[in-house]
Amino acid sequence: MSAYAADVAALARKDLLLELRARDTLPAMLLFVVSALTVFHFALPDGSSERAETGLLWIAIVFTALLGLSRAFIAEREQGVLDGLVLAPCDRSAIWLGKTLGVMVFLVLAELVALPAFALFFHPLSWELVAAVALANLGIAAIGTLLAAMAAASRARELLLPLLFLPLVIPVVIGGVGASVAANPGSFLAFLGLYDAVFAILCWASFEYVVTE
Amino acid sequence: MLVTGPNGSGKTTLLRLCAGLYAPTGGELDVDVPRGSIGFLGHEPLVYRELTALENLDLYGRLYRLPERRERAGALLERFGLWRARNERVATFSRGMLQRLALCRTFLHDPDLLLLDEPFDGLDAEGVELLHAELAERPDATALVATHDPEGLASRATAQLALT
Repeated sequence: MSAYAADVAALARKDLLLELRARDTLPAMLLFVVSALTVFHFALPDGSSERAETGLLWIAIVFTALLGLSRAFIAEREQGVLDGLVLAPCDRSAIWLGKTLGVMVFLVLAELVALPAFALFFHPLSWELVAAVALANLGIAAIGTLLAAMAAASRARELLLPLLFLPLVIPVVIGGVGASVAANPGSFLAFLGLYDAVFAILCWASFEYVVTE
Repeated sequence: MLVTGPNGSGKTTLLRLCAGLYAPTGGELDVDVPRGSIGFLGHEPLVYRELTALENLDLYGRLYRLPERRERAGALLERFGLWRARNERVATFSRGMLQRLALCRTFLHDPDLLLLDEPFDGLDAEGVELLHAELAERPDATALVATHDPEGLASRATAQLALT
């Protein structure tokens, strides 16, 4: 394993260990996504279109991700640990990548509950929907982690994160809903893949400037 | 070098500038030491509360790529009187224990440049002695120590910077 991969693995493992001990993020995400889908189930009139139902699933996923992201840097912020990580001689992008992997794990675990719940409340899952969710996770975690780091350094962090995050994930919702209901899901999945690649590279390259004043 | 001055005079800012945690807004600052050779002790211990003392030092040891990180962490924990608490979560530590752990983290990678911001805060008499002993064992390291109480280190300091 290269030194960079070892740094990323150590940082991601640390995040999973912290969650295993504190259990303050994943249970909240699970409860939120199930509650949201339940509310949508009763709020949506009978005979609603598949597009509308799928749109609501994506809203639930985006806001569940936002909930997880709002706590992504809480341990670092409260105890000032980000300074310690930034001072270490490892590549600073490893901090972003380790945190992104941790966020993705939490998101996938939440979706393992959300997708069956969606199938139960609305309509059966298609492979296109599952593929779109899997692709969207990378983009959401990549951009969300960078923005969470920016927000963590700000006084108005609770306000800043949703204000920055939600506009930037509109393409994910467009691509996700399109891939789930359109006749040609391939182009929407390719769009999601392109979004992931562009934002992952941008976030990877710019994280250093976010964590150093 | 001792860095002294009243509250708000810029002691902490100077140390954070030297560590590279702040970028200067004017003038020039040249710190000719690689990032991995700086030992920084700030107002926060820079450790995770939900990890144990040993897990925290192990994480830093990995990031600093120390070949014998476990042995080094164990030796420091023993020296600073934290060996028995090594497997306890940091959240249960007292203020003094946290400061001792922060010192273990600072010295873990054997830094060439020590930036210590009020290092005696929270330490009892034994802790102060341990820190003096640790500094005495590092005659080749350069140390900038910001403190309100310079008397304890005055005999060892080769220079003093008084900020106003």
